[in-house]
Amino acid sequence: MNNTKRIAIIGATSSIAEHCARIWAQQGSVELILVGRDQRKLEIVAADLLVRSQNTKIEIVVTDFIDPTAIQNTVDALFTFQPIDIALIAHGTLPEQQDCQSNLGLNYSTLEINGISPVLYAEAFAQHMTKLNQGSIAIIGSVAGDRGRKSNYVYGAAKGLVTRYAQGLQHRFAGTGVNVSLIKPGPTNTPMTAAMKGSEKFATPEEVAKTITAGIESKKAVIYAPAKWWLIMMVIRHLPSLIFNKMNI
Amino acid sequence: MKPISSWGRLSHEDHQVIPLNDRHQAFNQIRANETQGGIAHGMGRSYGDVGLNPKGALWLTTGLHHLIHFDEHTGRLICESGVLLRDIQRLLIPRGWILPVTPGSQMVTVGGAIANDVHGKNHHLLGSFGDHVQNIKLIRTDGTIIECGPLHNTEWFSATLGGLGLTGVILEAEIQMRPTAGPWLDTESIPYSNLSEFFELADSSEKDWEHTVSWIDCISGKGQGIFMRANPNKELKHAPKMKAEKKMPFVPPISLVNSLTLRPFNFLYRNHQKYKAGTSTVHYEPFFYPLDKLLEWNRMYGPKGFFQYQSVVPRNVGQDATQAMLKEIEKSGEGSFLAVLKTFGNRESLGMLSFPEPGVTLALDFPNHASRTHKLMNRLDAIVKEAKGRIYPAKDARMPRELFEAGYPKLNEFLKYRDAGISSSLSRRLLGS
Repeated sequence: MNNTKRIAIIGATSSIAEHCARIWAQQGSVELILVGRDQRKLEIVAADLLVRSQNTKIEIVVTDFIDPTAIQNTVDALFTFQPIDIALIAHGTLPEQQDCQSNLGLNYSTLEINGISPVLYAEAFAQHMTKLNQGSIAIIGSVAGDRGRKSNYVYGAAKGLVTRYAQGLQHRFAGTGVNVSLIKPGPTNTPMTAAMKGSEKFATPEEVAKTITAGIESKKAVIYAPAKWWLIMMVIRHLPSLIFNKMNI
Repeated sequence: MKPISSWGRLSHEDHQVIPLNDRHQAFNQIRANETQGGIAHGMGRSYGDVGLNPKGALWLTTGLHHLIHFDEHTGRLICESGVLLRDIQRLLIPRGWILPVTPGSQMVTVGGAIANDVHGKNHHLLGSFGDHVQNIKLIRTDGTIIECGPLHNTEWFSATLGGLGLTGVILEAEIQMRPTAGPWLDTESIPYSNLSEFFELADSSEKDWEHTVSWIDCISGKGQGIFMRANPNKELKHAPKMKAEKKMPFVPPISLVNSLTLRPFNFLYRNHQKYKAGTSTVHYEPFFYPLDKLLEWNRMYGPKGFFQYQSVVPRNVGQDATQAMLKEIEKSGEGSFLAVLKTFGNRESLGMLSFPEPGVTLALDFPNHASRTHKLMNRLDAIVKEAKGRIYPAKDARMPRELFEAGYPKLNEFLKYRDAGISSSLSRRLLGS
């Protein structure tokens, strides 16, 4: 029997996803399928992983993140010969909240790429994993999805959609061989946040990736990364509006 | 705009941070900035202003963290410039290859190591970082890409190595790694009680020991210290066990390095090291990078930050000049926490502005006490100048222009290779633009 785990990473060029891939590659006996929109960027990530772990099999898939038919076909193709053991759905963008307020086009695309697209991918993986009764779906949401805040509620709303959706999937797959993990990273020091004030104090993508891969391994339902965000967000979720609305966060 | 400090934490001014994370797209991002130009910035481990550019652009290279190719047979590594030396070491040492030269912190990028042509404890054997670089891919703010190395485009190579980031943005590099048996070192610590003893130890150790360095007590003025030397251990093959890193949790309101703490620290450290004197086998990380375990140790100097002063003076005047500097420090009472004294080997660096040259190098930290500290450093400058030595720009925040010009005779030649769209606080201070 073949013990090699097949792991598909949607949005493999995102910093957190890439660091998860590095951890998996160094664990050995995995096959990584890097899914993204930009061939050249995927090639950079693949070459890097190959240097780190020469025995890991790495494949690149270029696809669309928005079109439902393309998403269906991409995921179907991944299962053609062998099942996928872990699907990490990691893509997203973080535009300025102010820009989303003034530009409805940007508002729409932010909701689409951070909310609808990951949900469609999750559903496509769920179709196949239901049939096989095995596999793990891990979706990267965000602490921003836990409560709407004025500083990023468009992005937060999309992530909130992902949160509810993942809950539903977890309910559906309870007691089966399929596992669904929802990952909620806190602010992370990635190229996406490099220009933000204080980003050097954020968690590093290495730390976050470690928490994520360990959480997926132990089939945790909700993975806060770093774990302290569980407590912080519990407080924030439960603050009465009277107090919350006075806060500048 | 975002406030950025360098390692000495002497300033916290706003910069326009532009993260580079796609080496194919970088040329779009580093187009000359209209007002102030820009400068590449990696981990910010340089002490002074070599990587700062207030109000202007900082091209952050830490997103360029990809390895491109590694040949297990020849040991040639090609990687992007934002890759950390730590990551290269941790990945390749278990596979039998080590970086030939690393500085005292491994939390620096490959690009930064090249731009400052850093050196390590094995300079007498292997020279500086640049001696092992085979190729540099440089992008200029006009969009041109230049590839250079020790055998091709050599003048560009010589300008870029130790070129303080001023010839272009380093995108990629090819490094010749060195075979290694593993992560372990056989070390020996020997107390010495004056500079003559130090030089005797340095001379007698250079032939048989790969790594030599010493800590010197610069409070007592006697020139006493601990000499440390190491060779790779070729037998032990255990998997390295890493201790967890600790962080300096906050910036104390005043410097923890002050007249109350320095004397006891120096006393205790000396005696602790004496107690430990002798031989032992240790992992390379604590030996090469003793301070990396205490991440952000620079915070202990308090909100005003600190200066580092590193000079090199020729060997024939080395003992007298070092003695004179120690005297000045003793007289001033502006003690240094840890002073490092080491001899450089007998080889000239390849870079036009590279710091290492044959001689003796002394590195000192001074908490920032404004004019008091400046006065002391001015007196040290006079000794360095008299000795025909030079100061390390990667650690500098204040040397006068004439000392820079005197220390780096190839400066005029270097200027031909500068990129007009690149400027830093240091370049404006020392080169006028």
